[in-house]
Amino acid sequence: MNVLSFFRRKSSAPVARERLQLLLAHERAAGGGRSDLVNILREEILAVIAKHVTVDRDRIHVKMDRGGSVSTLEVDIEIRTPPGDALALSA
Amino acid sequence: MAKVMVVTSGKGGVGKTTSTAALGAALAQAGKNVVVVDFDVGLRNLDLVMGAERRVVYDLINVVQGDAKLAQALIRDKRLDTLSILPASQTRDKDALTEEGVARVIGELREKFDWVICDSPAGIERGATLAMRHAEIAVVVTNPEVSSVRDSDRIIGLLDSKTEKAEKGERVEKHLLLTRYDPGRAQRGEMLTTEDVLEILSIPLLGIIPESEEVLKASNVGSPVTLNNAASAPARAYADAAKRLMGESVAMTIPNDRKSLFGKIFLRRAA
Repeated sequence: MNVLSFFRRKSSAPVARERLQLLLAHERAAGGGRSDLVNILREEILAVIAKHVTVDRDRIHVKMDRGGSVSTLEVDIEIRTPPGDALALSA
Repeated sequence: MAKVMVVTSGKGGVGKTTSTAALGAALAQAGKNVVVVDFDVGLRNLDLVMGAERRVVYDLINVVQGDAKLAQALIRDKRLDTLSILPASQTRDKDALTEEGVARVIGELREKFDWVICDSPAGIERGATLAMRHAEIAVVVTNPEVSSVRDSDRIIGLLDSKTEKAEKGERVEKHLLLTRYDPGRAQRGEMLTTEDVLEILSIPLLGIIPESEEVLKASNVGSPVTLNNAASAPARAYADAAKRLMGESVAMTIPNDRKSLFGKIFLRRAA
């Protein structure tokens, strides 16, 4: 570490504070019992989709990114095209 | 009327047992009749920190299951006759604690003592929830460090939902005890400050225990830090915290062990 980086060094405690505040805001909102929110969403979304199309359970990815003001829920479902349809399309 | 207090934290290694012993001894020194109860079944250590490990015959599980009378299991402290310890079992596991059994033992302890201090195991499972079950006061021991603060927040949630008080729609009186605090590092921005932790957890502050070599020295010899070296910084901080528990208003300070140069030389010679 040179002299410059010593002066540029940012203190770490404020980072810890912000990370905690953000995390706890989400954990408190989830209220302990719903800490598996992503799993619940995954199952319910799967149930709705499965009513209409055949989906492979392993090909569903649900991701949540928790942010300060906005959180995003990303649902990625792969639907395999039935072999017959593929033929029909190419025809 | 007797007060039942739990010392809890969620995270392990933050100072629950040290704080139980130190606060228990400080309250006993003030003339209160105190019992400290170890709920860490299978990993008991309060007996060791209090220097009573060689005098354990019966334990909490024996009393809960009716194999021993409460009076047989209580160990009176050799230094303070107002202080007793009820050790945990080392060989059994936490499933041996029954809800009814614990309720009965706590009820009996209430009749004999002014303060019943329950040393909770780490975690949020059965042992921890039983330790907090009957408490009306909770001391949440927290280090100024992210994982400890997060776990404390979780424990505060349990105190507000899983205790007898909470189920009756009442509130457990919660206090924050900030341990292993280093004012210098906090000032340099390397450690969460007291204000940071208070703002995040929003429960009232009981005391700030500075990081100190005295804590290890005291546990080495099996003595609560408040008894081992009453003039040391952590001992003074614990003594102040105990006074606040008794309802006294004491200005919040962070004692330090720093000695004058003369004192350093003198003490080194003397040691």
